[in-house]
Amino acid sequence: MQGSINSIETLGLLDGPGIRVVVFLNGCQLRCLYCHNPEMLNMKKNNMSVSELVSKIKRYQPYFKNNGGVTFSGGEPLLQSKFLLEVCKELKKDHIHIALDTAGVGYDYDELLDYIDLVIFDIKALEQDKYQQLVKHDIKDSLVFLDKCQKRNIPMWLRQVIVPGINDTEEYILELKEFIRKLKNIEKVELLPYHNMAISKYRKLGIPYPLENTPQMDKERCKELEQLLVK
Amino acid sequence: MTEWKNFKEGKWCSEVDVRDFIMHNYKEYTGDDSFLTKTTEKTNRVWAKCLDLLKEELKKGVLDIDVDHISGIDNYEPGYIDKDNEVIVGLQTDAPLKRIVNPYGGIRMVYASLKAYGYELNKDIDSKFNEYRKTHNQGVFDVYTDQIRKARHVGLITGLPDAYGRGRIIGDYRRVALYGIDFLMAEKKKEWDQPVACMDEDTIRLREEMSEQYRALEKIKKMALRYGYDISKPAKDAREAVQWLYFGYLAAIKENNGAAMSLGRTSTFLDIYIERDLEEGKITEQEAQELIDQFVIKLRMARHLRTPEYDELFSGDPTWVTEAIGGMTEDGKSLVTKNSFRFLHTLTNLDSAPEPNMTVLWSQNLPENFKKYCAKMSIATDSIQYENDDVMRPLYGDDYAIACCVSAMRVGRDMQFFGARCNLAKALLYAINGGIDEIKGDHVIDGFDIMKDEILDYDKVKNSYYQMLEKVASIYVDAMNIIHYMHDKYAYEASQLALHDTHIRRLMAFGVAGLSVAVDSLSAIKYAKVKPIRNEEGIAIDFEIEGDYPKYGNDDDRVDSIAVELLDKFYSELCKHPLYRQAKHTLSVLTITSNVVYGSKTGSTPDGRKAGVPFAPGANPMHERDLSGALASLNSVAKLKYKDCCQDGISNTFSIIPDALGKDDTSRVNNLVNLLDGYFVQGAHHLNVNVLTRETLIDAMNNPEKYPLLTIRVSGYAVRFNRLTRKQQEEVIARTFHGKM
Repeated sequence: MQGSINSIETLGLLDGPGIRVVVFLNGCQLRCLYCHNPEMLNMKKNNMSVSELVSKIKRYQPYFKNNGGVTFSGGEPLLQSKFLLEVCKELKKDHIHIALDTAGVGYDYDELLDYIDLVIFDIKALEQDKYQQLVKHDIKDSLVFLDKCQKRNIPMWLRQVIVPGINDTEEYILELKEFIRKLKNIEKVELLPYHNMAISKYRKLGIPYPLENTPQMDKERCKELEQLLVK
Repeated sequence: MTEWKNFKEGKWCSEVDVRDFIMHNYKEYTGDDSFLTKTTEKTNRVWAKCLDLLKEELKKGVLDIDVDHISGIDNYEPGYIDKDNEVIVGLQTDAPLKRIVNPYGGIRMVYASLKAYGYELNKDIDSKFNEYRKTHNQGVFDVYTDQIRKARHVGLITGLPDAYGRGRIIGDYRRVALYGIDFLMAEKKKEWDQPVACMDEDTIRLREEMSEQYRALEKIKKMALRYGYDISKPAKDAREAVQWLYFGYLAAIKENNGAAMSLGRTSTFLDIYIERDLEEGKITEQEAQELIDQFVIKLRMARHLRTPEYDELFSGDPTWVTEAIGGMTEDGKSLVTKNSFRFLHTLTNLDSAPEPNMTVLWSQNLPENFKKYCAKMSIATDSIQYENDDVMRPLYGDDYAIACCVSAMRVGRDMQFFGARCNLAKALLYAINGGIDEIKGDHVIDGFDIMKDEILDYDKVKNSYYQMLEKVASIYVDAMNIIHYMHDKYAYEASQLALHDTHIRRLMAFGVAGLSVAVDSLSAIKYAKVKPIRNEEGIAIDFEIEGDYPKYGNDDDRVDSIAVELLDKFYSELCKHPLYRQAKHTLSVLTITSNVVYGSKTGSTPDGRKAGVPFAPGANPMHERDLSGALASLNSVAKLKYKDCCQDGISNTFSIIPDALGKDDTSRVNNLVNLLDGYFVQGAHHLNVNVLTRETLIDAMNNPEKYPLLTIRVSGYAVRFNRLTRKQQEEVIARTFHGKM
């Protein structure tokens, strides 16, 4: 079986615990205004077999030690669930820790979730209207995914990108806090300050940058907002 | 003996065996860094004076030169920085940072250095060396063949120690502290008195050297006496141990101006004395740290007189006072002691600095607390290099040290014949261009045809290249044999060899530069279409590349295997030639900062690199070609073989953005530890670690006054960033910084 891989970052230290090999998969159904990997939005031709990807990942096993592993990101990894399932089956033979960096919008992932040790879930927004406006997709799919993770008791990290003028209010953070309070197995919540470093990628691809006039999110302010979550 | 009170006895008591003493007496420390203390008032005063002097030196290039004396163990009046506050004393000359004139390596180098800084040699000395005394440099050139001269002139083989001190010899300075000079002299005498079976050339040379060593020991004793210390007997406490040991090292740097004058492996040895004093209540932890701080200050003040050309090759006035810290015993216990921490802690107490060249001997089994402390200090200071004890220990045992950057040798039992490096990328161009230099146009190597193919053919180029390497290896060995014969004869390092066993193993260290350029060039020829662009004489002066090719540094076996094979080929060619004094052949992949100069002397290469562009340093992948992330880059370098090929070291320099290393301090430390473990468990040899951003360096290049202390690891040593030439700074900035934002 083959998958469509955009690229592999062999030293990822932010997307999951420890040293991670981050595999970026092509294809995504969302069109987030602040997407920072626009080159991965469209599904492309398959370019890597299960065994190729598995052996590439295994090359980095010496660095995983007691906490590292692989993180599947993208794009949206759940668009290639069948492929990933085969990959994960192989990785699990070597007890490699597997994380999924996802917005939860994909298909055929039920069996795949059995192999996932950590879900890094990107929240986007809490209400249908705002969600639709921000990512051009119905919120339902992501909530179904979240529910499945909850039922399976998969440990989760939650992420929320904070964008000035869109969701950088205390009010929203408190809503978020309330939303999270009802969830279980949440190991970590991260507010990610919006940045515009992806502009050059858009220029290169010749597509307009949706947030042209939005300033970058102040990192300090973002940290302050994060404090609201823990208080 | 009262000096050895409370030490566990062993073989070391009856014969010189420092390792045995350490194994019997050291106390492993597995705790964390919370016991460390700040500088004392005395240290602050001494260091403040030094900082003023260092500032002045930076302005002037050199602070002062003693033109009225000639290098030697006991040729200078005692010198002090701040006598009342110096806990450890001794300077090379009668004043701090005043440099020594050492003409034994070559008088021309002395003239060039003096002229550059506006000094003139004392007439009397001048005439002696010009009229009566021949130097190493003159000896070498009396013998050099035309072929060697040509290869040297065009930069095919460069940096050869034929006009300066070879360095890379580490005296076992610990012997002075443990045994005192009298015991060491008696031991040398005993060996000298052994009956001689056959008075052949080797024996005659050795006996002459033993006499030189014996006299050197006597002089070390006299030199120490000028400072008011009688070191004929062993050191009786920690302060004396540090002082005695330092006198041993001081003698070496008074007598020699070697390229690298490394310290050895002293911290755990000294810890034994400190622990004994602490247990007996003779000193406090603060006083222990004071000893190490003040010792390190002295090491930081060591200077050698060098030419501006030398500085262009190796910037920042490096002396390579390399101290090897940590490592494991052959029984699987770590050699980490509290003093391993104290040594590294000087980077906090006295700010980060290039010297001494802090080298951690990394093992998978080092105590976790020590690993974390090293990672923490790396992140904070960018001043530490790591070398894999797990690959060196099986070859060199558990009492080896590192000379210069990456050269392992058993302390007091091995010495090195240092041999700079040959330019692998230029040799490849010679294989294509019929042995004609692509820049100077000289015909350097006979017996090769100029290739006329429109598209380069891999098998043909490889075949020609390998034949070229056979020729180069032969020339290189000839040059090295001549150089070390003459160095032994005219610039013998008596004080350092006196602190060695009489019968030592000699390692002749060859080196290569431009590995990644040569390897990527071969890969381009193999996997893409490479079309040479030739000048009127048919010499390829540029190359057009059609298509892509696998590049070294992406964990891609198609190209990484070329690197492994190339090194194997060159090393096996070197090994075909017998060496002076039955030395053992070793090979390193190390350029230090000379990769910039090598690049500037090499024409465009088939990998797409343009003429004059710097090479990547050491075994590093070429800048910005390692695009599969840091681990892929590390894995490529880890494939190069240490044990079976490059036993003199494989240098890799790694830069990562702090934010990419982890979100918070704890995870950064843990991630760096895991990264080092993961790299070294694969058998990799060396890693320089820099944790900083490109923006910081650009800012430092444009506003040097804002970053007076910014220290970075380059290749095998650390340097203050503001001491690099602009071109070197640009090269460092052009290197790959790992970490996606």
